[in-house]
Amino acid sequence: MVLLELKNITRRFGDLVAVQDVTLSIESGEFFTLLGPSGCGKTTILRMVAGFDAPDEGDILLDGRSLAGVPPEKRPLHTVFQSYALFPHMTVAGNVAFPLEMAGCSRDETRRRVNETLALVHLTDKAGQFPHELSGGQKQRVALARGLVNQPRLLLLDESLGALDAKLREEMQIELIALQREVGITFIFVTHAQDEALALSHRIAVMRAGRIEQCDEPDKLYTSPANRFVADFVGKINLLEVEVTASSKVLLKLKAAGLGEIAATDPRPISVGERGAFALRPELIRVFDHRESADLKNRFEGRVKELLYLGDVTLYKVELANGFIIEALMPNAASGRAKFYEVGDPVAVCWRQDAGVYLRN
Amino acid sequence: MSDPRTQPADLTKWVVTLPPTAFLLVFFLTPALIVVAASFGEPGEFGGLAPWPAHSLDAYRFLFGDIIYLEIFARSFLVAVLTTLICIVLAYPLAWLIARSPARRRDLLVLLVMLPFASNFLVRIYAWIMLLGPANLLYTPFAVIAGMVYVHLPFMILPLYANLEKHDPALLEAAQDLGANAWTRFWRVTFPLSLPGVFAGSALVFIPVLGMFAVPELLGGTGDILIGNLIKEQFLENRDWPLGSALAIMLTGAVLGLAGCAAWAARKGLHGTEAIT
Repeated sequence: MVLLELKNITRRFGDLVAVQDVTLSIESGEFFTLLGPSGCGKTTILRMVAGFDAPDEGDILLDGRSLAGVPPEKRPLHTVFQSYALFPHMTVAGNVAFPLEMAGCSRDETRRRVNETLALVHLTDKAGQFPHELSGGQKQRVALARGLVNQPRLLLLDESLGALDAKLREEMQIELIALQREVGITFIFVTHAQDEALALSHRIAVMRAGRIEQCDEPDKLYTSPANRFVADFVGKINLLEVEVTASSKVLLKLKAAGLGEIAATDPRPISVGERGAFALRPELIRVFDHRESADLKNRFEGRVKELLYLGDVTLYKVELANGFIIEALMPNAASGRAKFYEVGDPVAVCWRQDAGVYLRN
Repeated sequence: MSDPRTQPADLTKWVVTLPPTAFLLVFFLTPALIVVAASFGEPGEFGGLAPWPAHSLDAYRFLFGDIIYLEIFARSFLVAVLTTLICIVLAYPLAWLIARSPARRRDLLVLLVMLPFASNFLVRIYAWIMLLGPANLLYTPFAVIAGMVYVHLPFMILPLYANLEKHDPALLEAAQDLGANAWTRFWRVTFPLSLPGVFAGSALVFIPVLGMFAVPELLGGTGDILIGNLIKEQFLENRDWPLGSALAIMLTGAVLGLAGCAAWAARKGLHGTEAIT
């Protein structure tokens, strides 16, 4: 069931088009993420949904009814602000009780639901403390509890994990997923951190310069990016400039200048002579001794230019014959792994025919 | 004691705080003690104080023996309370407006608030005489309050502005997002957070108004006499220094007692809210 619909939303600030003709529909119960670099318009969309800003064109519908002219306090949705915006003069319990008081809940009802929600975010023992006495992660949880306590139709989270350190962030991510599953409330999450988006979301809309570049499930976004921007923004990727030399059914032959022929697959009808990019994830590339398997397809020789030992994996930067530096990620615990290569070692790289994606310009 | 890390800091602290401490000891504490001593003295034949051994409790006996002094005290407190309340009501929207205006205009507006200080206080009060005279309002309690408010308004605006300017606008957005309308946002978020500013401004208005004698003398009628006038009269006209000193001590005592009560109530109030939530 569609909960929220954005229909051809445009928002301008003077000459700047912050959001341009965005259309989206978000399902009830979904964990939806708006992902993009700062200034891409994702926060503007969030503010328009919350009611702090209004689109110049287009309409926002909640449950099929337009939100135009409905002030923020009348919208059945809450926001978890980037700075948390906890009321410093109220205790944790006071903060969480606030939306219930605004909704006119009875004293007993308020107390019961505050206790329930604080238990949900593991803050029962902090009920009487003031925000300045809490750690970052605890503040984050209070902000979440405050947003969830009167069960809004929709919870908007604005870069809500951004202020936390890496370890805490991972913990909060796991808690957030569990929490969303438990309460069943629809979440719209705004972030510039692609790993966070991939980890949390049911669906992700990747934005650039006010437009949605691709809206898809995390694995589709990762394995079949729609264009160079998405490919580059979501995860690490190698982008080779190529020209199409042959195309038949699903088979595609590409030529990379100074390198030779790359075999790939693509079900789309693609015309010969077209130029584009060949996108290849580092973990799909195998690095091996340059004397081995000389007859493989998509096998290129090069030299290790840099390597980063990351514990579980090693990132090799291999300079190919045409000067292109390809990044390959090799698991360190892989069976049959013969040796580590050193900087300067001659190596070969290789990937399966269906490993990469051809991206049209 | 001889921790090498704290020693230089301690020394610096002493060097920096010694001059103001010495200044306050000489020019504040000493006169205050002289006033206390004078209140137990006897008036001299031609004003001032009678020579040293002469002492009595006459001033206090006189003070507590006549209901008129209590009346003047009560009236002075009433005027101070009224002035403070009116100042809060007038200053709040102004301070809020300044705090909400663009950063560049803010400095100009603050300057405008302070501009009256650029001309002499008495000249400005005389201007009020010219204003109130034709309106037949001169020498009335209204004139006294109006003058008091006029003189002390900037002392309420500035601390309030300093407080409101620091408020995080995200808090108001959060309150609105969570269902609070404009009225509720003000009373539940802005106002409680501005209380330190309100208290600071109130102290800066209330205490000077209690001792002020120029405004009631110039704008008020014979019935509008306040403690300030009374004290001034004892020293300059009646030449009864012990009585003037005793009055001054009563005033200081009352203000200190009030401040103590306020601090106690504030602390109790804070614990009160903790207990509720």
